[in-house]
Amino acid sequence: MINNISEKLLEAKNEPLWYFNKNSLIIIGVVVLGLLLFPFTSPSKFAIHLMMMIFMHAVMAQSWNVLAGFSGQISLGHAIFYGIGAYATAYFYVKLHITPWIGILIGIGISGFVAMLIGIPILRLKGHYFAIATLLIGISFQVVFQRWPEVGSSSGLWIPINRDSPWSSMQFHKSKVAYYYISLIFFIGSFFLVWLLNRSKLGYRLRAIRDQSDAASSLGIHVSKYKIIAFIISAMIMAPMGSIYAQYVLIVDPNNAFNVDISILVLLISVMGGVGNIWGPIIGAVILIPISEFSRIYFGGTGHSIDLIVYGVLIIIICIFRPAGIVSLIPKSFREREKAK
Amino acid sequence: MSILLKVENLSRSFGGIHANSDISFDVKEGEILGVIGPNGAGKSTLFDLITGFTKSDKGQVLLREKNITNIRPDLICRMGVGRTFQKLKPFADQTLLENVIVGALVKEKNLKVARDKALEIIDFVDLIEKRHHYAKELSTGQRKRLELARALATDPKLLLMDEVTGGVDQRTIPGLVELVLKLKKNGITVVTIEHNMKIIMDISDRILALNQGKRIAFDIPKNISQNSQVIDAYLGTVDAA
Repeated sequence: MINNISEKLLEAKNEPLWYFNKNSLIIIGVVVLGLLLFPFTSPSKFAIHLMMMIFMHAVMAQSWNVLAGFSGQISLGHAIFYGIGAYATAYFYVKLHITPWIGILIGIGISGFVAMLIGIPILRLKGHYFAIATLLIGISFQVVFQRWPEVGSSSGLWIPINRDSPWSSMQFHKSKVAYYYISLIFFIGSFFLVWLLNRSKLGYRLRAIRDQSDAASSLGIHVSKYKIIAFIISAMIMAPMGSIYAQYVLIVDPNNAFNVDISILVLLISVMGGVGNIWGPIIGAVILIPISEFSRIYFGGTGHSIDLIVYGVLIIIICIFRPAGIVSLIPKSFREREKAK
Repeated sequence: MSILLKVENLSRSFGGIHANSDISFDVKEGEILGVIGPNGAGKSTLFDLITGFTKSDKGQVLLREKNITNIRPDLICRMGVGRTFQKLKPFADQTLLENVIVGALVKEKNLKVARDKALEIIDFVDLIEKRHHYAKELSTGQRKRLELARALATDPKLLLMDEVTGGVDQRTIPGLVELVLKLKKNGITVVTIEHNMKIIMDISDRILALNQGKRIAFDIPKNISQNSQVIDAYLGTVDAA
């Protein structure tokens, strides 16, 4: 089609496919190094716990962000995959004595499979209908597990304490540092995975579906198939967080594992940080999780809902003043999709 | 010239409204076929039927004698039919380059190759300097070119263009018309819906005229301009009272 290659075209072709902002790479490197060294600064147990919760919720919000931010589907039932991950490790450890490390992989596999089964019928729905369908399926998972004797019904599964082999049983009773590093690895891993996804052919196709599904379809993209792929990836990122939390608290029950609050929380974190942006879930988790943890300290069990009230107020403020999330406050040059202008 | 697309008795109703009734025509390879008709004549529905966005009630669409009736839009695209939309559908929060790369990925496996191909097409539609601009920052005329570039990136044999000059200012129209003619020169078969009669008469090899969902004429421009049914459809009949 092209006969004369213009100078501008040649110049454009010589541009790199992706730009890497040196400043942001340095900042990321320093932050990762700081996080790796953090346990060596003799932090309190609470500080370790808080960091863990931030990592885990950032991963969960990143998982939600893959579905909502990339393919434009709002899920209100993401706790399904958290619950499956939690039950997978607990069940296989308690009933079959399979190490939770394998249990995590099984949980990831089952979550992906369940996401596919759920996704095939409901990803034909759009907008609010899809959101409501995920909410109801999430609740029905909770009801099924409450009545399923094999997984302990309402009492759930109690993971027996094992002090002899902490690594194979993934139980660390003397210190939380091991849990810290496990959740940090998943945190960095999920960030890297979504970073890769963002730059992949799949990322281009999912963003096209998110922005204009008809136009995407007219460009040879099988919309339903790619939405299901996004749902599966999202579910597989979510599941290990349930597994880690189960090993952390050593109990899994349907009320906690499939709690709709988890689904709402990961949504709030993403919306607050910025949907469709790789940094959004991290920023959201860094802001919201400390609020949640500190409100529990200062207000105790009865004041549990205080954090939800604070969340609500913050979300209203964000929606009014920064609909693109807090990430939009960061200068463009530090964000990952900066282009050469 | 061999027949690239053949449409036979294509029909579609929405409730009691016959959007398309028994529409038949063919498109020869390398030609520009203009589609005209007043508002509500069924032009865009016809495009939706050909590209699989709307299921037909009756009739068939043959692309190089292969039946493509009622198959998915993405498959039709992969068979070599590209399209643009009357109501523009750019990926607003993505750059022009990213928009076109999505189209290029239909045929190209490698992202870098797809990027280079997208750049060539962006250059072809004269928007190379705007490649890093977000689609939402572009003017209507530039978005029309974006949609065209995106469809071209899929390597279509047949391109369906829905009102390429619609909604753009007078100064932009000649450039877009020139672009359509450039497509023909490059061997792409074009079917274009157009309201501007002067343009359609000038650029089309043949014209399909629709009114109230029915084919009223299918001929060369000269004959279309003298066709009484077409004149009636556009100007109305003179009451002899």
